[in-house]
Amino acid sequence: MDRVGEIVRVSGTLVVGRGIPDIKIGEVVEVGEEGLIGEVIRIIEDTFAAQVYEPTSGLKVGDPIRGTGKKLVAELGPGLIKNIFDGVGRPLDDLIRASGPFIGRGIKAYTLPRDIKWSFRPLVKEGDYVSGGDIIGEVPESSTIIHKIMVPHGVSGKILEVGEGEFRVTDVIAKVELDDGGVKELNMIQEWPVREPRPIAPGGRLPLKTPLITGQRVIDVFFPVAKGGAACIPGGFGTGKTITLHQLAKWSDADVVVYIGCGERGNEMAEVLQDFPELVDPKTGKPLMERTVLIANTSNMPVSAREASVYIGITIAEYYRDMGYDVSLMADSTSRWAEAIREISGRLGEMPVERGFPAYLPDKIAEFYERAGRVKVLGRPDREGSVTIVGAVSPPGGDFNEPVTIHTLRFTGVFWALDADLAYSRHFPAINWLKSYSLYAKEILGGFIGSFSMYKEELLNWWKSVDKDFPRYREDAMNILSSAAEVESIARIIGEKSLPDDQRLLLLTSELIKEGFLRQNAFDEVDTYSEPEKSALLLKLIIDFHYNVEKLIRKKVPIDRVLELPVVSKIKRVKFDPRRVEAIKELADEAKSSLQRLASEYRVEVEV
Amino acid sequence: MSLDIRDIYGVVHKGVREVRGSILVLEPIPNVLYDEVVLVRAPDGIDRMGRVLEVSNQYIIVQVFGEESGLETATAVRFTGSTFEIPVSDDALGRMFNGRFEPIDGMGPIVSRERRDINGSPINPRARIHPNNFIQTGISAIDGMLSLIRGQKLPIFSESGLPHNRVAAQIARQATVLGEEEEFAIVFAAMGLKNDEARFFIESFRESGAIERSVVVLNLADDPAIERLVTPRIALTIAEYLAFDLGYHVLTILTDMTNYCEALREVSAAREEVPGRGGYPGYMYSDLATIYERAGIVRGRPGSLTQMPILTMPGGDKRHPIPDLTGYITEGQIILSKELDSRGIYPPINVLPSLSRLMRSGVGPGKTREDHKDVSDQLYDAYSRGLKARDLARIVGEMGLSDRERLFLRFADIFERKFINQGEYENRTIEETLDLAWEVLSTLPEEELVRVKDEILEKYYYRAKPVS
Repeated sequence: MDRVGEIVRVSGTLVVGRGIPDIKIGEVVEVGEEGLIGEVIRIIEDTFAAQVYEPTSGLKVGDPIRGTGKKLVAELGPGLIKNIFDGVGRPLDDLIRASGPFIGRGIKAYTLPRDIKWSFRPLVKEGDYVSGGDIIGEVPESSTIIHKIMVPHGVSGKILEVGEGEFRVTDVIAKVELDDGGVKELNMIQEWPVREPRPIAPGGRLPLKTPLITGQRVIDVFFPVAKGGAACIPGGFGTGKTITLHQLAKWSDADVVVYIGCGERGNEMAEVLQDFPELVDPKTGKPLMERTVLIANTSNMPVSAREASVYIGITIAEYYRDMGYDVSLMADSTSRWAEAIREISGRLGEMPVERGFPAYLPDKIAEFYERAGRVKVLGRPDREGSVTIVGAVSPPGGDFNEPVTIHTLRFTGVFWALDADLAYSRHFPAINWLKSYSLYAKEILGGFIGSFSMYKEELLNWWKSVDKDFPRYREDAMNILSSAAEVESIARIIGEKSLPDDQRLLLLTSELIKEGFLRQNAFDEVDTYSEPEKSALLLKLIIDFHYNVEKLIRKKVPIDRVLELPVVSKIKRVKFDPRRVEAIKELADEAKSSLQRLASEYRVEVEV
Repeated sequence: MSLDIRDIYGVVHKGVREVRGSILVLEPIPNVLYDEVVLVRAPDGIDRMGRVLEVSNQYIIVQVFGEESGLETATAVRFTGSTFEIPVSDDALGRMFNGRFEPIDGMGPIVSRERRDINGSPINPRARIHPNNFIQTGISAIDGMLSLIRGQKLPIFSESGLPHNRVAAQIARQATVLGEEEEFAIVFAAMGLKNDEARFFIESFRESGAIERSVVVLNLADDPAIERLVTPRIALTIAEYLAFDLGYHVLTILTDMTNYCEALREVSAAREEVPGRGGYPGYMYSDLATIYERAGIVRGRPGSLTQMPILTMPGGDKRHPIPDLTGYITEGQIILSKELDSRGIYPPINVLPSLSRLMRSGVGPGKTREDHKDVSDQLYDAYSRGLKARDLARIVGEMGLSDRERLFLRFADIFERKFINQGEYENRTIEETLDLAWEVLSTLPEEELVRVKDEILEKYYYRAKPVS
């Protein structure tokens, strides 16, 4: 039963076909003599429209279009980690083998390598009853990831046989006697339709308990994201979206990282591929590549494949979540994904609503971010896993008042607002501390940030374990920064010199926080990663200094004398000290003693 | 490729149903390929090139490059059966072509067996080598703070009336890679450039001798606007061949991308597509990416392709769709400022909003000098403080500033005068640029240099001779 129709229209990546009566939405089609991959997105009477994931030049009316009967699926199994795929899941290395350094057309390639033999260790035995999601064995996939082989969803029965030893992904590793009496042979490959979320245990959505430690101070301390949460990082070009995402991919304490380069620069992917194998994961001491899956559909690769790349990525992330891992997914940039949706919608002649985007854009965004979460996984043994999503947004003109940013903010709990002015003065990460927020309140609780925020409180508890006074330091720092912003606007009119000393102290402290704490150079060997203890001590150093100076000022010690102290410029620079925490502790003592000396010079009694 | 409709075999079709500016809507006929090149002959006897934009069983849409006036429904269209290809060869070096790749220097067309589709194919990201070779342009603002790297795409965002052409010509004249003798081959593509601007570039190439290693593709202001859609692609196809087949290091200058984008908008409007911001089509980002992303270095292939597109920002607005979408694709931007220009500073590069994303991989110990990154960071920091002080001084007067603010104000002036400002024929080495930076920085006290590491500070700060 060959289901072959013919092309009736070609317009860019959109191809309209006719002559397959039982075609379904979401079905993958092979277009033209070369069999270009496409996906059916509309059915109109006897014709159907497909978005094609490869360049369509040279197609003509009357060319064949073949229904495959399959949806767009991700091939899941050992061999994903350390690999890099295009937007439809083809390994880029295979594309090089087929067509050289420039990508050709109509190349077919399996996602998972077929030649590698994996060492499979069974965890069930003959006679065990298994069902979808149960772990039947494991293989070491990389030096840090043990890949759990799970029973595919929809399969349940009794284990008849289970192997042990070296297997290719296509080899049979177990036989299951199904409930209906049939026998199912299992190998290590699972396929899952990328547009459907993978199932979780009934009622398995869990509250978000632990922060994702990223080693970036402004994120970890000021605007943290929870494991299983979702964050949005919008910013105009040059504000550092990509570098921030690279930093998160490098240093966040997830088990597995899925990085999607969606419609972005080719050289940036080349950089990731060059750096990651050399960088060491602070948690495991192994190369970062050992836990990373990369998906690259750069801006000059076919537009419609951008759309697919995001779904392939999240499906892979869910698959590792189902093994019980904490997965974080970075998508750079979701705006390009939204633009791909807009372009296809335009070619279909749909009614545009906002800036040319179709009315269903918010639904698409919501569906994507809702696939984040911390869950109880379906299947035995009991396990929990999480998917954290960090989505970059590229708003036109850097103006956040545009559909993709607005709708993304509605469905994410953390907002890291990148600021062009900060970027121009090379303050990175250019996350604006006054505009950004972190909450995990549902949309309806949006107005009650403090009181209803789920993970704020959890986070406080976590920080308390680092330093019991810590939450107070964070609050103080935020308050000082926002008061200083007001003082600055006055200073802009009357000049800093005319301000009273207590206000000039606010300016000093806010400068210390910005320069010594918030600003973090991603390319500095020492400061690229700031462990929680260092972050905490650094902020404590600055806030303690602030209150001690305040005491002196009350006793009429002029602030100009404080500004002259060498310790002030040392506080700004101690973050670069390779002795890390030790250096900060020393400096804290030095700060105290120099203030003490200043106090005695003015013969004032203060306790610092 | 000079084409004559009589020389090409193929189906001739006379069923033009509608003429919409440069767009023809034809009755459907079989075997027409999407993206196929066509030849269009109107009753005026002039042959024009065109391309199939859409095929269906109801109609065929053809885009005509070339003169619009004279098109009518009695026009004949010949389908060539192939996509837009040009012959490629290093014979193109030293030659000059129009925007359709027809020679305009009086010599014959390029003959080669090697033909390439002008759309190219995307470079597999896995096959890219991350660029890391510093290009010395001899311009301090660029070398010191916005380093150009071989294989990078770094545009100049300018405005009408600013000397972007002189800056681009200076870069083309002076660009060298440290420690390498070989000079860049230059591929120069003009889209809608004024005659005198084009002449300026050609003269400048001639003067420096670069013309022998240059390919010039010119679509001038009075040439057909729609042709501008193929001009940069033709130039990049030659550039890719020179770089990735023949091993040249190629510097491609594309100017003015604003004219290109306007041609794109014209076609989109004629097709009655849903307009995006500013009337530009929603796919402009992807379209521009297929031009800019052709820069790079490819594993296993010699040579490199560096791009320097130039665009004039309409209304001087960086958030206009053309600079905005460009900035999202390119690896940074060099922004020229009217204010600096009016104060007589050349090159009038406003370094604060400018950026080179690849700088950090091409500078530092073993590449330029160990202090390069710190110096650059510190200059940015101090200059932005200086500009803040300058703003403040406009309100409260210089006397109202604190001592510290006055210090930075003075720094900003010296920085602009000594470091940014230089002669159009002044070619500074990177050593000279960095030493100059220290001279300028030495006007600040040590404790203000918070972005420089202690060991660097010790080594260079006290060595610098103070600026008079």
